[in-house]
Amino acid sequence: MITLVYLARLRETLGTPSEKIELPGDVGTVASLLAWLRARGGAWAAELAPGRAVRVAVNFDVARADTPVKAGDEIALFPPVTGG
Amino acid sequence: MRVRVQTEDFDAAREIAALRAGDARVGAVAAFIGLVRDINEAAAVKTLTLEHYPGMTEKALAAIVDEAKSRWDSYDALVVHRISELKPTDQIVLVAVTSAHRGDAFAACEFIMDYLKTRAPFWKKEHTPAGERWVEARTSDDEKAARW
Repeated sequence: MITLVYLARLRETLGTPSEKIELPGDVGTVASLLAWLRARGGAWAAELAPGRAVRVAVNFDVARADTPVKAGDEIALFPPVTGG
Repeated sequence: MRVRVQTEDFDAAREIAALRAGDARVGAVAAFIGLVRDINEAAAVKTLTLEHYPGMTEKALAAIVDEAKSRWDSYDALVVHRISELKPTDQIVLVAVTSAHRGDAFAACEFIMDYLKTRAPFWKKEHTPAGERWVEARTSDDEKAARW
């Protein structure tokens, strides 16, 4: 299982704060996870479309497209930050 | 090193006094306070909701403070950032740095603030008479952070 966390605007547009899913067999990186989520269509395809500014953290650290993901990870998706 | 995310307001004078208490090496304290404005991008702001990502936000702030301390001669640094609902004139964030001399204190304080704006997981939603909207990230903030 992995835990997916959606923050700020993404929580609202995707309609959920978090979910637990079985890690799909062909998903091993952030990039392949995003592609898998995009394949859900609808808001997922729109919000996670290539070119949209989506940031990803794996286990509370900033991740890149090639960052590995594995069972047990908490993976957060969020828009660019706007604090301060 | 002190990093806090909290709902309640802060007293900058008290925070700074605690930061430098008993440390006679400190010759300079630089502090920055960020406030909620009543206008943003031409829209009237009634209230602002700030959210964070518990676990990551504190870690990111600590990493930013650590980097500042590795780049400038400073003795201690403090970041207090508020979350939940705020209104115009409310305090949002306090950054304070103690050092022997002003140059390092000013630079480290500005660095922490510039990095916080672009790297610390916080998001603002504005509530205006026309409805609510998520604040968009600014490229000018990225440019400020890239200077360092």
